[in-house]
Amino acid sequence: MLTDISLGQYYPGNSFIHKLDPRTKILSSLAYIIAVFLAAESTSYAAVIGFLFVVIAFSRLPFILVLKSIKPLWIIILLTLWIHVFTGQGEVLWSWKYLIITKEGLAMGIKMSLRLILLLMISSILTFTTSPIVLTDGIEAILKPFKKIGVPAHELAMMMTIALRFIPTLLEETDRIMKAQSARGADFASGNIVRRAKNMLPILVPLFISAFRRADEFSSGDGSALLSWRRRQNKDA
Amino acid sequence: MSIRLDNVSYTYMKKTPFERTALKEITLTIEKGEYIAVIGHTGSGKSTMMQHLNGLLSPDAGQVFVDDVDISSKRTEAKKARNKVGMVFQYPEHQIFAETIFEDVAFGPRNKGLSEEEVESQVKAALSFVGLDYDTFATRSPFQLSGGQMRRVAIAGVVAMDPDYLILDEPSAGLDPQSRDSIFREINALYQARKMAVILVTHSMEEAAQYANRLLVMAKGKIVIDGESAEVFQNHREALKELGVDVPQAIKLADILRERGLQISNDVLKTEDLVKQIKLAKGWM
Repeated sequence: MLTDISLGQYYPGNSFIHKLDPRTKILSSLAYIIAVFLAAESTSYAAVIGFLFVVIAFSRLPFILVLKSIKPLWIIILLTLWIHVFTGQGEVLWSWKYLIITKEGLAMGIKMSLRLILLLMISSILTFTTSPIVLTDGIEAILKPFKKIGVPAHELAMMMTIALRFIPTLLEETDRIMKAQSARGADFASGNIVRRAKNMLPILVPLFISAFRRADEFSSGDGSALLSWRRRQNKDA
Repeated sequence: MSIRLDNVSYTYMKKTPFERTALKEITLTIEKGEYIAVIGHTGSGKSTMMQHLNGLLSPDAGQVFVDDVDISSKRTEAKKARNKVGMVFQYPEHQIFAETIFEDVAFGPRNKGLSEEEVESQVKAALSFVGLDYDTFATRSPFQLSGGQMRRVAIAGVVAMDPDYLILDEPSAGLDPQSRDSIFREINALYQARKMAVILVTHSMEEAAQYANRLLVMAKGKIVIDGESAEVFQNHREALKELGVDVPQAIKLADILRERGLQISNDVLKTEDLVKQIKLAKGWM
């Protein structure tokens, strides 16, 4: 049911992009995001989109998979488009009662939602082609220079890995709980919005409990490992 | 009255590098009134097969019939089937959500559309089956219970739906021996009283031998052995060993005693049988 959400997952492969150094990938993703935000005219948009396609081709990821990474945020993307399209000011293209679509609004809407889509896609390509461990190493290496001014590089990298690591686990858990409740006749798809929200309770309560339990188990299990690691770090420093 | 799987195949995460075939052309009939133990290693397809029995998963190929209704293609039929086929997942206490035990056990019957009086009588019956006193427990929070008691509440939540077929996926996992025993006794009592079909997924041969009258052994997405419990342990010892499935302790002990010259018949399955046989052989009774 939920297992096809691909956010933050690693997609094993052997391509050029897969083999790139994680630092290169992280920094160039950052550079790409900046480029996307700087892009103003249609020619620069064409360039960033073109570059994305080249990267996808080189990574040999199925295009559908990359496209699917938009799925978790598609409502926000649609909303962005909607707001910009109907609130723009300028040359009127179409109007009906209070709804007015302007040329400028339409252009702005497309631009903004395109930005979001590109952002999502490039970051998914990063996680698709980089295994979590390599990714952490990369983040840590990049943050290392900032250690001098007190940035906890290793801890930050560790936090990110743990978060990434638990996305599939929690999705699996959600899937399991949904199945267990549907086995008891629960219905998540019908009724009005209040009814549907109420129907989510039998999923959300067990999910929260299990997330806390997992965090608890994880911290006590890893507490000892972490402690010995810190001792070693302190000795080195 | 039966559940029928007809050439059912299922693959997880199709068309990705994680693709994994979990079931391969399974054909199986489960009659009402049977007590079946399903045995197999992790990843042998047990849990996947169970989820096909009540339509939580739809087969990629093949069909599933519950009481002669095809549930594999229609979502609505699959939903209806869930009222007949109750399913207790692994660690079912993790799905408890309500503020009181009554509310949690009543979740299933209410979804079924029963009236409040019916719901109450179902909840009462279900709680008494799992050995929890209604008056003491109904208004308490399920989250203050012990692990074993929480598991019982979760099982009651499925029993309260009054299913014709009850699937239990390792209901004793992670429990102490005492809770383990009593949960199995309660399930057995339920089986005797309601004449339902019980399908028990387990790792433990002891449990399988003790309660089930039919045994399914699964490996690599296929049913490799299907037969009456006693018959399977007698005639498929080699195959079981090859699959890395252990035979019950009682049978092992009987073998040793037989080698040492004690007269013990071949159909020993449970510990009680063995005790009786030893007493007979020794002339103690």
